Amino acid sequence: MAAIIDFSFINQIKNKFGNLNNQQKNDYSDLDTTDYLTTIYKTLNINYPKFYKMDNLSKTGFLLSEFIVSNHPELQNRKDISVVAFNRISSLETDINYQKTITDSENFFPAPSLFVYTLPNIVTGEICIRNKFFGESTFYVIEKFNAEEIFNLTNDLFYKTETNYVLSSWLNCKDFKPQATMFLVSRNNVDSKLDFSPENISKICQTNFLID
Amino acid sequence: MVNIIADNIISALGFSSEENYRNLKNGISGLKTSQNMFGMEGNFCTSQTDDTKLNELFYGETLQNPHKYTKFEKLSTLSAFYAIKEADIDASSPQTAFILSTTKGNIQLLEHPNYDQQRVQLWHTAKLVAGFFGNNNYSVVSNACISGVCAIITAVRAIEQGRLENIVVTGADVLSKFTISGFMSFKALSPLPCRPFDQDRCGLNIGEAAATVVMSKYKKNDKKISFLKGSIRNDANHISGPSRTGEGSYNALTDIISNANINDIAFINCHGTSTPYNDEMEAIAIDRAMLNKIPINSLKGYYGHTLGAAGILETIISSYEINDGLILKTEGFQTLGVSRNVCPTTKNTNTDKNCFIKLISGFGGTNAAAIFKKGE
Repeated sequence: MAAIIDFSFINQIKNKFGNLNNQQKNDYSDLDTTDYLTTIYKTLNINYPKFYKMDNLSKTGFLLSEFIVSNHPELQNRKDISVVAFNRISSLETDINYQKTITDSENFFPAPSLFVYTLPNIVTGEICIRNKFFGESTFYVIEKFNAEEIFNLTNDLFYKTETNYVLSSWLNCKDFKPQATMFLVSRNNVDSKLDFSPENISKICQTNFLID
Repeated sequence: MVNIIADNIISALGFSSEENYRNLKNGISGLKTSQNMFGMEGNFCTSQTDDTKLNELFYGETLQNPHKYTKFEKLSTLSAFYAIKEADIDASSPQTAFILSTTKGNIQLLEHPNYDQQRVQLWHTAKLVAGFFGNNNYSVVSNACISGVCAIITAVRAIEQGRLENIVVTGADVLSKFTISGFMSFKALSPLPCRPFDQDRCGLNIGEAAATVVMSKYKKNDKKISFLKGSIRNDANHISGPSRTGEGSYNALTDIISNANINDIAFINCHGTSTPYNDEMEAIAIDRAMLNKIPINSLKGYYGHTLGAAGILETIISSYEINDGLILKTEGFQTLGVSRNVCPTTKNTNTDKNCFIKLISGFGGTNAAAIFKKGE
């Protein structure tokens, strides 16, 4: 049975972020989301300027993956690790921002650097690029949090594939403030205490107030 | 083994898969050039579905007022309707689910200041389509241009592991100012019909379509197609540029042919968008996988790039080709314009082989390949 070997979360509204063994708080939850995510980025002590070009969906997913991969550097540059993400609103925040650039014909300035983030799966690409993950990458939109579905569609990445690890995330937000989590799932349970199961997905999300 | 037991395509080239295939066989393209679109200046070459006929048929089949639905909703629902009718399955059964493959769905609703905040979301249309058939098991794949092939692979995994018996996989996207301005900002659009793999290719065309396959654990009749293997791989290279080594497509191709007999493969239906970088990348991936003797084709010269529908639409047309013993020509292709020695088709060619490969790639570094076999 597959196992959860690490997880991370960011909850702006409850002002909590971190991973399995290291949970943090800061006093910046009132900031707008981009600034809030930047304060978290600064706690990581990494130099990755591409972070600043990302939209908030990608920033959220990127930070969640950094919290995990920094503990598991052996996962980088491999073909057997895949990335799958789920959310409800797709890339709606960036869609709205992009729409503003094309509404007025007198002030028409669509930019490829913004348009590309109107595809929700870009976040999975950002994580793959950062870590040289050459496995699968897929984005699913579901109406609401559904642990059973997240479990099934994540577990499917081990079915008849070379994948041994999956970074699976629920990239939810409320009023565009992230309430998001990511799991590092291993095909084989080496010595994890957490089975990968719908129950454990729900439990982690509930503990960190990630479900409405 | 999972089979495609029914299918439908609604596009500029018709309202059924058969009609679409007949038109392609006769060399008819759905691409048309128009000046100025959605208030944007310039020449645009696109393929569009016929609004009037869509409304007529939508009303005729569903008895719903077509003016209460968006074009995206009507295309998705009607395409699913026709495929389900042919499949003759119980679409409301808990053993049946719906997957919608789309990039931008109802995005044009954002143009209105007081847009419906639920309806613009992708799951809303999936719910509407499934709900029309009395089903409440639905999800959306939104994985850029490879969404359609990902949706098919997602369906196969659920059926093979026994979670479901039938899955209705519908892909659709409509023309919008949002999408066209975006590709325009990338300078990726050709004002003329596109020319996949040609030395004079200069960009892609956007197309509008809906396409549905019903994937099933059952076998309905002999003419249909079996799914053999699929693979999804990321380039880990760039969010909007294809890999220069074709990494993801190469990895996906070598994965799906690991147990296949290369001599059984009639053709590879490529993404073949006609942008300089995409077609070059695919040629490199095919060459690296040592598949460059196999004929390749692209359907973009007939439809343009139909985004969320593309992977499904192109799989359906390829399945008609293999069942008809024919490989369609690559409309728009004349002189090879990629660095590797691949073989795009220049005319409709007979084949007696029984497998084909669908290859596709997209923004976010995503790639997918799948191999299918003729029904026996």
